[in-house]
This record gives sequence, structure tokens and C-alpha cells, in this order.
Amino acid sequence: MRIELRDQPFAPLAELADYQAGLDERLSGQYGATAIFIGTMRDFNDGDAVRRMTLEHYPGMTERQLQRLVEAAFRDWPLLDALVIHRVGALQPNDPIVLVAVWSAHRAAAFAACRFIMEELKAKAPFWKREEMTTGSRWVEHNTEGLLESTTLD
Amino acid sequence: MAIHVKYFASLRDHLGRAGDELEAPAGLTVAEVWAILHPETPLPPNTLVAVNLEYADWMQRARDGDEVAFFPPVTGG
Repeated sequence: MRIELRDQPFAPLAELADYQAGLDERLSGQYGATAIFIGTMRDFNDGDAVRRMTLEHYPGMTERQLQRLVEAAFRDWPLLDALVIHRVGALQPNDPIVLVAVWSAHRAAAFAACRFIMEELKAKAPFWKREEMTTGSRWVEHNTEGLLESTTLD
Repeated sequence: MAIHVKYFASLRDHLGRAGDELEAPAGLTVAEVWAILHPETPLPPNTLVAVNLEYADWMQRARDGDEVAFFPPVTGG
């Protein structure tokens, strides 16, 4: 398991390839399912063009809460490994914000745990987004809904 | 007892500072910590509170040396 905060842009697919290369040595032949989520900065929000964004966090608490929620996923599903990378600092549109990857023997656990980690992260990890538009800047006050009305998880 | 108070994001901007050091009688709840420091400022709705890096209840009592943080709803990911 690896959980990291990054204050510089990162390449999620390259990170994933690097991590999985190490994982293959330890878990050769064991995982049949890898679920990944990548969150990327958009250039629009709430009807406005967004030029830049700053991600603030609470050093110490953010890492601890991320660790907690990934450990909770390991308790609820038979996971083999997990990787979470999250940006902090100054971002531009198209910059990756977050990578969540989980490995399991089967897809049910991989899909469910990846979504759980992402939704828990959105709800509990102390990060705050400040958006910069052409007309000024503002704090993002709430998250968009993570589940479509038609989505069922059971 | 000494309590180290921190504020984040829009709440810090609203208050104009990132934290306070409070010397207070023992046994205060975190809600009382806010009320003592900000008698003129009611807590913004949805404010969250953490004690020593863990989410806390408003009735949780602060202890000497605790770090108490107040912040708005989180918006990461």
C-alpha cells in the first residue's frame, strides 16, 4: 500500500506502471482485477471558466485520514494492494488531481473498493479547492454527487 | 491549559488568521473553545472540527496541549 501527497504535477499512468512493476514481483499471478480512478482538473465549474486552482490541505491530518480510509477498504474487501496519489498546491486545467488504484483477485472487490476509497476521500480527507477565474477567485463549497441516481452498488 | 487552534481554507480567510493560542480553564468542549475565541462570530454552518488530527464531536473536551482545528466541508479529489 502506498499513499502519497505530491506538490508537483504527476503522470498517473506512469505512476501506475511503476507501482505495478514492483507489485508484480510480490503478487505474481495473484491479482485478476485492477480498478483505477483518475481525477483531473477541469477548466469549468458552476458555469464559469476556471484558469487555475490551488489545493490546500491539513498536513498530518490529510495523510492520517487517507491512511484510515484505505485501511477501511482493506477490512471490507479482499484487496491485494492499493495506491493513492493526491496533488496539493497550484494546479492548471488538465493536471491530474488524484489517482486511486486497487488490486484484487476479482473485479467485484476491485470496483467496489476503488469507488469506496474515492467517495470516502471526497467526504473525509481534508483538502480544499480554491478556483481562480478571470473575474476573481473563490473557494469550492461542495462536491458534486458521486453516484448517479440510477447507480446501485449492491 | 494550552490549546493550539488552527483554521483552514475559507474559514481562515474569513477570520483573517491561520490560528490562535488559547490559555483556558480545563474541561472546555471544542464548541466552547470556538465561542471563547470568537464571541462575535457564530460558527458558519457545516463547519467541521478535528482534535489532534481526528474528526471530533462538538461536545468533545479539549485537553492540555491539544490541537483543535476548525474548517469548512472538504472538497478534494
